[in-house]
Amino acid sequence: MFPEQLNVPLGKWVNQFVDWLVVNYGAAFEAFADSLLTVLVALEQVLRGAPWWVVLIAIAAIAWHASKNWKLVIGLVVAMFAIGTLGLWDKAMQTLALMIVATSLSVLIGIPVGIAMAMSNRLRAVMLPILDTMQTMPSFVYLIPALMLFGLGKVPAILATVIYAAPPVMRLTDLGIRLVDQEVLEASRSFGASRKQILFGVQLPLALPNIMAGINQTTMMSISMVVIASMIGARGLGEQVLMGIQRLDVGAGMEAGVAIVLLAVVFDRIGQAYGKRSQRSHDAEDS
Amino acid sequence: MSYIEIRNIFKIFGPDPQSALELAKGGADKDEILAKTGHTVGLHDVSLSIEQGETFVVMGLSGSGKSTLIRHLNRLIDPTAGEVSFGGEDILAMDIPTLNAFRRKRLGMVFQRFGLLPHRNVMDNVAYGLEIQGTARKEREAAASKWIERVGLAGYEAKYPDQLSGGMQQRVGLARALATDPEVLLMDEAFSALDPLIRSDMQDELMKLQAELHKTIVFITHDLDEALKIGDRIAILKDGKLVQVGRPEEIVLKPADDYVQAFTRDVNRSRVLRAKSIMEPITSGESQAAREDWPSIAANARLADILPVALANGTSMTVRDAKDTAIGTLSPQQIVDALVG
Repeated sequence: MFPEQLNVPLGKWVNQFVDWLVVNYGAAFEAFADSLLTVLVALEQVLRGAPWWVVLIAIAAIAWHASKNWKLVIGLVVAMFAIGTLGLWDKAMQTLALMIVATSLSVLIGIPVGIAMAMSNRLRAVMLPILDTMQTMPSFVYLIPALMLFGLGKVPAILATVIYAAPPVMRLTDLGIRLVDQEVLEASRSFGASRKQILFGVQLPLALPNIMAGINQTTMMSISMVVIASMIGARGLGEQVLMGIQRLDVGAGMEAGVAIVLLAVVFDRIGQAYGKRSQRSHDAEDS
Repeated sequence: MSYIEIRNIFKIFGPDPQSALELAKGGADKDEILAKTGHTVGLHDVSLSIEQGETFVVMGLSGSGKSTLIRHLNRLIDPTAGEVSFGGEDILAMDIPTLNAFRRKRLGMVFQRFGLLPHRNVMDNVAYGLEIQGTARKEREAAASKWIERVGLAGYEAKYPDQLSGGMQQRVGLARALATDPEVLLMDEAFSALDPLIRSDMQDELMKLQAELHKTIVFITHDLDEALKIGDRIAILKDGKLVQVGRPEEIVLKPADDYVQAFTRDVNRSRVLRAKSIMEPITSGESQAAREDWPSIAANARLADILPVALANGTSMTVRDAKDTAIGTLSPQQIVDALVG
């Protein structure tokens, strides 16, 4: 037996910290939660309120804009249609709304952090282990403090998702900027470009393929996390999976699983198509 | 004072350059400093004066510090010690905005691997310097068009760098550097990545441009033939130290040491040496030395151009200056001696 005197009460400390946060900053958290919820609810209403075929047309349009490939567009529309035929359209729209908000928030936070990491070796040295931790920590663990701070519902689900899904876009933004050819950077400096002109005119455009790959990974991870987050009251497809487990209804769980995979495939293909486009933007214009 | 003055530049790479600087100033050489302190000496007490309007070539092998040196001129690298000034203006004292303004207005740089922006087409690459300056689109595209045409790329404005050959990419690089009408053109091994034939074309093109523009050009190369061909003056660097500075003929005829001599051994002397530097001068007392029936050659003519005349006549020749005055004589034997070295 390991001597009990040597036990470190990490759990107790974390509890105290979360309590302290709730007591001192409860109001601020609530205000933040409310504004996030407003955005989410509005988006959800639009997605669930719109006729199914309007959503299909919108997805087809986005897929076409990304890929200019009819086969892909048809494939993705069929996948979305299949979700409807499983009777899970409404739940899929709830999941979609959660995913869009969580991904947007991840990207909004992740790209600036990634840029800062590329600019400062010290920040990068601090961030990398934090990102490793964020990604390896079992995702359920995030649910607990999120619950404490925001209670049951969609907002903690989104926050847990952001923590889990933001690392790839941070990593790949950092990597993409660091991979930009040194001579191109030197050239731009030699013409007297300011740091801002170099960042927006050279580094970000050239890092775009990597950043797009990061956004794609972030999207995929947020889909998987949004499903897990249904355990704390986020609605959607995950709820259906959870119900399948509780009632030992293998069929219902399977249907929801298939719908989640289809949704993931649709967004993965759209994300990849945008990634490819950013890589060879001029080939398309040329031919 | 010359236009560009570089005085006693030291550049030491490593975590604590100042500690190694004292050793370097004390006369320790590169290997000694590396062994004692782990610091690499990039430049060791280099001083150069570059005149306005001249093509100044810095030649050296890889590791000689030549690329480090040229980056001191626009402060892509800051020296560990020393001074750099342009027209009396100390560029090391400039703060970032002043430095950027200086780079925008007065310098253009051409890179070995071109350094083009891969996400911009030829037009936008050439206009880049003007865009950085904040010139309006119409104006900068007009200027860029002019230079694209001048380097022979008219019709390629909408192409992207990866759609062009190496030679064409470097023409874009040259046009981009010239589009801001800088006083000084910095060229870092600009033609080294090109095929020999294309390299030779580009050298000719640069010399033609320079004959019109009279820019101050600082050109870095590892190729002595290139240095001798385009340079008004040449500086030779070895292990971060300046070995010799001089006109091409001085380098070939009076190499400062064995290192320079080893370089010049394989040079095609007939393309470097001129009649004036190897002739027998006529002193005023012996004006009859040149005979009436000898053919005349220009004092500036290169041996490569004189050889056919010498072979056709078999006699000595009269060397005349620009005013057609006979200033010397040149015998076939003198030509042979000069070529053999």
